[in-house]
Amino acid sequence: MFRTRPEATGATVAVTVEGHEIRVPEGASAAAAMLLAGFSSTRESSIGGVPRGPYCLMGVCFDCLAEIDGVPNRQGCMVTVAPGMAIRRQHGKRAAGVE
Amino acid sequence: MTAGRVDFAVVGAGPAGMAAAVLAAELGLDTVLIDEQDAPGGQIYRAVERAGDALPLGADYLAGSGLAAALRASAVRYRPGATVWHIDPDGTLSFVSAGASEAIRARRVLLATGALERPAPISGWTLPGVMTAGAAQVLLKTGDIVPAGRTVLAGQGPLLWLVAAQLIRAGAPPAALLETAPHRNYHAALRLLPRAAWPARRALLKGLALIREVKRAGIPIRREVAGLRALGRGRVEAVAWDGGEIPADLLLLHEGVIPNVQISLALGLEHRWDEAQLCWRPTVDPWGATDLPAVAIAGDGGGIAGAEAAALTGRLAALDAAAFVDKLAPAERDRRAGTLRRALRRELAIRPLLDRLYRPAPAVLVPADDIVACRCEEVTVGQIRRAARLGAPGPNQAKAFTRCGMGPCQGRICGTIVSAVMADTLGKPIAEIGAYRPRAPYKPITLGVLAATAQP
Repeated sequence: MFRTRPEATGATVAVTVEGHEIRVPEGASAAAAMLLAGFSSTRESSIGGVPRGPYCLMGVCFDCLAEIDGVPNRQGCMVTVAPGMAIRRQHGKRAAGVE
Repeated sequence: MTAGRVDFAVVGAGPAGMAAAVLAAELGLDTVLIDEQDAPGGQIYRAVERAGDALPLGADYLAGSGLAAALRASAVRYRPGATVWHIDPDGTLSFVSAGASEAIRARRVLLATGALERPAPISGWTLPGVMTAGAAQVLLKTGDIVPAGRTVLAGQGPLLWLVAAQLIRAGAPPAALLETAPHRNYHAALRLLPRAAWPARRALLKGLALIREVKRAGIPIRREVAGLRALGRGRVEAVAWDGGEIPADLLLLHEGVIPNVQISLALGLEHRWDEAQLCWRPTVDPWGATDLPAVAIAGDGGGIAGAEAAALTGRLAALDAAAFVDKLAPAERDRRAGTLRRALRRELAIRPLLDRLYRPAPAVLVPADDIVACRCEEVTVGQIRRAARLGAPGPNQAKAFTRCGMGPCQGRICGTIVSAVMADTLGKPIAEIGAYRPRAPYKPITLGVLAATAQP
């Protein structure tokens, strides 16, 4: 759905999306990394469990919520990629766990 | 936790915030600039310091690098990567930075939180692959990233044409541009043209050049598109409208921009419904001052006027802050404001025409009953109507009935829609129905951060 322009000359950063390594432009967001990795749907919604993807990419809509480095519910568009960052899709809302 | 004290705290590092902070520091105010992003620029000048191949983005974008450079060279204490989650009426700001909460008490706080794209609620707008035009622009600015498949741009407003031109220049031309402006908008705007033509000539010529650029590239353009909807299973596969359909991998929607009033509403400041721009707008005086002495507003957050005007209102607010903290005599403040106000009048000359030409169609504010209004809690327009009929007098009561506006975005997306739908259902003016009253934390923070903030 998205690609980096061939004219892009900036440095890239290696991150993983759902466990697969991908190099993305330095300065891009975690949500952008998910789109570049081919995920148009980046989570399942918490009410209907239906696929959702980023909508605004500027911190307003919260539709790009993702699990980043083990922390769920982060706005993927507001987190800049860093080397080795592990980005995962978020599946609905969490159920309270009983140990 | 004791709060550090400053003269002036600015929230948001877009054109208004950068210009305000830099001027305030020059005037001798101890100034802090808090911004959620990693680098200055806001959305309009996002990542302007690292613009590599900026050819697709254009000269207006690169103009922001001057403000960013001035900020870097200034005495402003710039705090990037910091999210404001609460502001007290006395000017105490609480914000999260590097996983910990801090507080600063400012004699004057300036909200320069800018604009957001007006939500464009159509059937299927929650499908993956339906995004805003601004989202595509963010990808281009921050990573030279462009759409790879068939892109359809739909809606109206200057940004729609700008993004179309930028995608063409970036080698990713859209498959089609669908303009939703009704024909009557052109007629009504034409009547405003004689008054705007000379004072707004530069903006008008720029706009016409953009439209010409898109046409020259051979992009199929459809005007007066109504009944727009996104179709697909699990993701967008086609875009349909009354009388047509086109396959699509990405649908970029745009219906103009509205002020980001999340913090000003949470502070309980007075807002009025702007009938020309169809949005909530805080009541401010010509300096951006509000009914709270410790809080002022500059830039698009106080009413949509564009980046150039935002820098000017930012500087006006800085002059007023300097007078407020006794670092500038009121007479000198007024004298220095003269040039700024003249420039501001020039910038505002195009507004009545743009507001009329790109006035959203009624269905943008009051969509059909089966369309999702609140994306977070998946509440439809019909459910909000039902809550209104059951006795909910306004958006804050509709929350309790339906959970609309109670998701993570806290009504940022559905706010205007819910107010407009309830007004339509109850046969009252939107101004009377009112707006959501958002609460702190303005953005979600973890319990760990909150616990670490608490005093023993």
